Amino acid sequence: MSARTEAWPDTYGAEARPRMGFFTDTSVCIGCKACEVACKEWNLVPEDGLVWSGESFDNTSALGANSWRHVAFVEQTTPLRVDGDGADGEGEEPFRWLMSSDVCKHCTESACLNVCPTGAIFRTELGTVVVQEDVCNGCGYCVPACPFGVLDRRELPAPDRGGRADGRVWKCTLCYDRTREGMTPACAQACPTESIQYGPLDELRERAAGRLDKVVADGFAGARLYGDDPGDGVGGFGAFFLLLDEPETYGLPPQPRDSTRDLGGMWRTAAVAGAALLAGLGAAFLAGRDGAGS
Amino acid sequence: MTDPAYYGRPIVKPPVWKREIGWYLFTGGLAGASATMAAMARASGNPVLARRAALVATAAVNVSPALLVKDLGRPERFLNMMRVFKPSSPMNLGSWVLLGSGTATTGATLLDLAGIAPRTRAVLEAIAGVAGLPLSVYTAVLLGDTANPAWHEGRRDLPFLFAAGAAASAGAAGVLATPPEHAGPARRAMLLGTVGSQVAETVMERRIGAVARAYATGEAGRYRRTARILDGAGLALSLARGRRVRRLGAGLLLAGAAASRFAVFKAGFQAAEDPRYLLETQQDGRRQGVGAGR
Amino acid sequence: MGSNMAEAHPVGFQWVMEARERGADVIHVDPRFSRTSAMATRYVRTRAGTDVAFLGGIIRYILEHGREFREYVLNYTNAPVVIDEGYQDTEDLDGLFSGWDRKRGSYDTSTWQYAGMEVHASAGQRELGANQGEGAGHGGHGAGLSHGEPPEVDLTLEHPRCVYQILKRHYARYTPELVEEVCGVPREAFVEVAEALCQNSGRERTSSIVYSVGWTQHTTGVQYIRSAAIIQLLLGNVGRPGGGIMALRGHSSIQGSTDIPTLYNILPGYIPMPHAHAHDNLGQFVEMNTSPSGFWGNMTAYTVSLLKAWWGSRATPENDFCFDYLPRITGDHSIYPTVMGMLDGSVKGFLVVGQNPAVGSANSGLHRRAMANLDWLVVRDFVETESAAFWYDSPEVESGELDPAAIGTEVFFLPAAAHTEKDGSFTNTQRLLQWHHKAVEPKGDCRSDLWFYYHLGRLIREKLADSEEERDRPVKELSWHYPTAGEIADPNAEAVLREINGWDANDDALSSYLDLKDDGSTACGCWIYCGCFADETNQPARRTPASEQSWVAPEWAWAWPANRRILYNRASADPEGKPWSERKRYVWWDEGEGRWTGEDVPDFQPDKRPDYRPPDGAKAQDAIAGNHPFIMQPDGRGWLFVPAGIVDGPLPTHYEPDESPHTNPLYAQEANPARQRFRRPLNERNPRGDRYPYVFTTYRLTEHHTAGGMSRFVPYLSELQPAMFCEVSPELARERGLAHGGWATVVTARAEIEARVVVTERMAPVAIEGDVVHQIGLPYHWGSRGLTTGDSANDLLEAVLDPNVHIQESKVATCDIRPGRRSRGSGRAVPR
Repeated sequence: MSARTEAWPDTYGAEARPRMGFFTDTSVCIGCKACEVACKEWNLVPEDGLVWSGESFDNTSALGANSWRHVAFVEQTTPLRVDGDGADGEGEEPFRWLMSSDVCKHCTESACLNVCPTGAIFRTELGTVVVQEDVCNGCGYCVPACPFGVLDRRELPAPDRGGRADGRVWKCTLCYDRTREGMTPACAQACPTESIQYGPLDELRERAAGRLDKVVADGFAGARLYGDDPGDGVGGFGAFFLLLDEPETYGLPPQPRDSTRDLGGMWRTAAVAGAALLAGLGAAFLAGRDGAGS
Repeated sequence: MTDPAYYGRPIVKPPVWKREIGWYLFTGGLAGASATMAAMARASGNPVLARRAALVATAAVNVSPALLVKDLGRPERFLNMMRVFKPSSPMNLGSWVLLGSGTATTGATLLDLAGIAPRTRAVLEAIAGVAGLPLSVYTAVLLGDTANPAWHEGRRDLPFLFAAGAAASAGAAGVLATPPEHAGPARRAMLLGTVGSQVAETVMERRIGAVARAYATGEAGRYRRTARILDGAGLALSLARGRRVRRLGAGLLLAGAAASRFAVFKAGFQAAEDPRYLLETQQDGRRQGVGAGR
Repeated sequence: MGSNMAEAHPVGFQWVMEARERGADVIHVDPRFSRTSAMATRYVRTRAGTDVAFLGGIIRYILEHGREFREYVLNYTNAPVVIDEGYQDTEDLDGLFSGWDRKRGSYDTSTWQYAGMEVHASAGQRELGANQGEGAGHGGHGAGLSHGEPPEVDLTLEHPRCVYQILKRHYARYTPELVEEVCGVPREAFVEVAEALCQNSGRERTSSIVYSVGWTQHTTGVQYIRSAAIIQLLLGNVGRPGGGIMALRGHSSIQGSTDIPTLYNILPGYIPMPHAHAHDNLGQFVEMNTSPSGFWGNMTAYTVSLLKAWWGSRATPENDFCFDYLPRITGDHSIYPTVMGMLDGSVKGFLVVGQNPAVGSANSGLHRRAMANLDWLVVRDFVETESAAFWYDSPEVESGELDPAAIGTEVFFLPAAAHTEKDGSFTNTQRLLQWHHKAVEPKGDCRSDLWFYYHLGRLIREKLADSEEERDRPVKELSWHYPTAGEIADPNAEAVLREINGWDANDDALSSYLDLKDDGSTACGCWIYCGCFADETNQPARRTPASEQSWVAPEWAWAWPANRRILYNRASADPEGKPWSERKRYVWWDEGEGRWTGEDVPDFQPDKRPDYRPPDGAKAQDAIAGNHPFIMQPDGRGWLFVPAGIVDGPLPTHYEPDESPHTNPLYAQEANPARQRFRRPLNERNPRGDRYPYVFTTYRLTEHHTAGGMSRFVPYLSELQPAMFCEVSPELARERGLAHGGWATVVTARAEIEARVVVTERMAPVAIEGDVVHQIGLPYHWGSRGLTTGDSANDLLEAVLDPNVHIQESKVATCDIRPGRRSRGSGRAVPR
């Protein structure tokens, strides 16, 4: 099973490299947020609000223009392991605390890339999806197009605009400036437990399948892979996950889909509607043939 | 967990577009259908309506890009829309259509006012008339080609809704701008479009199931109700006797068309804010064993 | 236990995760379900402040079911040693040991001694000799070891006064039922933990215990660690791979700050500080503080070498190597008595370097008020912390209690360089010295601490150059020449490291503390660090990757002493020198070579045979037998029972915390009788009863660092945890009307603070003696300055200390909590 996309490597030819991606194994995430900090430091992402949410230990809340890694915390009164043993106090309600570092999925079929009218969003030679910040004019179309709600427009002031809002859309670049030099992205580098793994996507998928087997054998309840299947609605993710519960528990869509798949049908519908408009207007004129006005 | 999804937070992001885009949904349809109507008026020997409709189209087609540019995060980069010709992006194609339509419409009107180059004017008018059709409906495709549950689910109906709305707006504007003895086709287009608009809306809401609540509640619901009242009153007045009453009716229907467009616009925001809408569209599919996307 | 390792040591925790992946059982016992609990295979909730009872229960379980590693215990611990017949246990005296002097508030420890032998402590309070606090007991050692053993030893472990039997009697009542009653841990859960530990110990398997300040910051803190020591010795887990007791430190170089100490009562390498009235000369000092047997027997060599490092050629045999130049202590000069001195006007000045007592110390409000009473204050830090700004920005100023115009303290704020702006080393939990290199120059006036102290010393010496005063000679004659470089004349940190390592008479860098001499021919700034610059190489700077060396990784950095990675590792082999098992082989005796060898540097004299038995009168390490791995102890045995060095008991025993909602079910003696209290206004204890019915504990978050100076001023960290909060159970929230996301005020006799409310199932009440005890969690990082500000949890605490090491009890106290924000301005509740 080949982790390919349509426009690559055909467009890159000899420059194409093996497709690289992330495997985020949330079963070993300790919620330290080193990934969030490393990402911001490397990419000079601005601090985006000292707002206490009260949502467990998550004060980042969501991915956005100014948060490209987001650690989610979910407290549940269910046991960590299937047999009920594990991190639940004897005589107490079972309890587990799920932690997961979310990121842009770098979809194989990328809706944001497809709808971007300026061509600012492009696919790199590594198969990752990147916004060219010198091209983006902040039209915002990619924002509702992303099935995961990853992209957003940065309203914080930009240094090159003398205090006015930046206005462009920003998201995880999978540290393009690092990866094209053969380095590891900042978040993967910082992650102490190797919850975030970076490497060739083929290898990661193989490793993840084995990892899932082990996690299930170790008795973790609810373990599953999310985004590893090229048959899913976005052709498989470039950054996929091992989750311990349903995707929606983490704020992820259960069945993400690149709406571009429906675009052909939509244009056909539009064509019919256009024809109907033509016919309707035509009828309005023809009906007046005998006796103008009124 | 009483909150749906992740602390009740959106899964897909609400758009970042502001009121300008809501207005553009209206002015685009007004411009497109008016241009088509102008061409048809010319062809059916109604030069008064042809010119009046052309003037409406010209005004609307020049206001439109101003609205779009204003909404950009980086307005000074609006020309980047023309960097590429990108069929996968409805916004890109629409920009080209708007450019072509705007040039043709404006050119034809200027030539008409100046009274020169009639053959050139005729060609431009015809082009504008043809381009007016996609201009009227492409925004429905633009909205449908997102992950937004209200818009994506409505993708089979929004083109018809927008086409009908375009006819209603152009017709109403035509009625207001043209002496009644020449405004007949406009009036009929207005009535046909208004009724068609309400029918399309009802069909859509039946088809999209629980997501319809996004159109029926909150601010979207208020616009929708307003549109219905305006349409109802406007139809009544338009079918009554008396020039002034009928002109008032046309005014109400013009406003109703705008309100209807804003209802669709706002519904998208609401459908994203509450993650239950998205889950409704994706969990259902899974439970029924339906594959990725419908 | 006593640790939230995933939270506070996330990078080190990756190895725990690795172990878990390989099937290790990770058991977390804690009052809160924390980020560590989320990763554990087993979580057990307990009442804060009762770990000694829990661990005591495990000790009893081991002894009751015969689960101890018998051969190890017999040969390697002092289980068979018979104790003085005057010894009485807490079981006999309802919570006290023999020798309690109520008037002095301390113990005469002479009845804790080994029968027939006076033992010197190898650590702890030893500056006044074996019988701390008493005039008697200096000079004469009494009898020494006989053939490497204390005079009275019973290898059948049946003598009623042998340590083994004392242990059994002492812990007889620490049943699973008692653990349930005291700790709130269901007995089945407790037994599971005890059983898991026992099953995973022995020849083939070892278990490790990890703790940090959740254990040390109690009035019985030292006894917590002692309890773990007893367990690990009984189970044979000390000195063996995968075993041991890991002390996770509170920041990256705190280990270094006790090795090259910033503590008042020790010199580098844990040599005690000389006492003004007890140690007139070097000989007397050594005699009182050393043991004739064990490696402390070389104290003269260690001390002389230190003095040579400090006073160079001025230190000669004739002048006792400038021993007289060392400052003397006259009592307890730790931070809390010193702060009381500030309040009382006897302490005039204060240098605060990389510390923020206005937020980080127990009863932090008291510290702020104390600083307002100083004549002068110097703060070195890279941000203007609460301690530097107390005089205009503090709760006392906000409430009007203190007026900036009336505060007479002259405050100097000197900006410090960060660790990336200077060369130097960190010494971490593993005793690993790791060098770090300067990456950028410090900005503006920022300077490293090395620069500051070096130039401060230089300037003081310049000012004293013409002085004839006797008291100025120690400073004037210091060996104080280090090469400097660059525009700012930055001292060369490697030169300092080399001096710490030491050199011989030829000025060649020493390789080992075994080479230290007592005749002045060697100099060494810290004997346990000797070897860190061996071969004129900066050993701590080594970075050989794991793939290029053995699994022990001896070529990554350098561990003290002697780059030995596991201490007491001779215990990984049996008395004959063979590994206990193939699976756990680590260090062993090679008969052919006539040497100890193995995966690590053997923690034993390399050529001492396992069957070596010392002649009577043998000295220092030669007095230790070949089958006794604990070479720092005078008898070479691991001490289950501590006859000397600990002031509040030779055995851990359960005491309630200083503030507790419950009485001690075991004894009439409620709390640690020897704990250090400061009875004065502003430091009153919460009365027992309904006024303060809840227990609270303080702790850290991953996102912030200690008192906040390094995190609350950093945007990327501040936004991760932008508000002070308290954690309460749903039950407590209902009881007190607290709303999640709202505000609450926590109240003690010292202060009231406000915090956002987090209602979570991670907190839950525990059942104690038929009652429900609610526990409240408070992170302690916040203060009035920085990007994220909030009230300081430590304002709530009473300053009450462990008597051995003067560490505050900040992990458990009582309080009340009510919904809403606290009072402000002059209406703020000022402690009565």
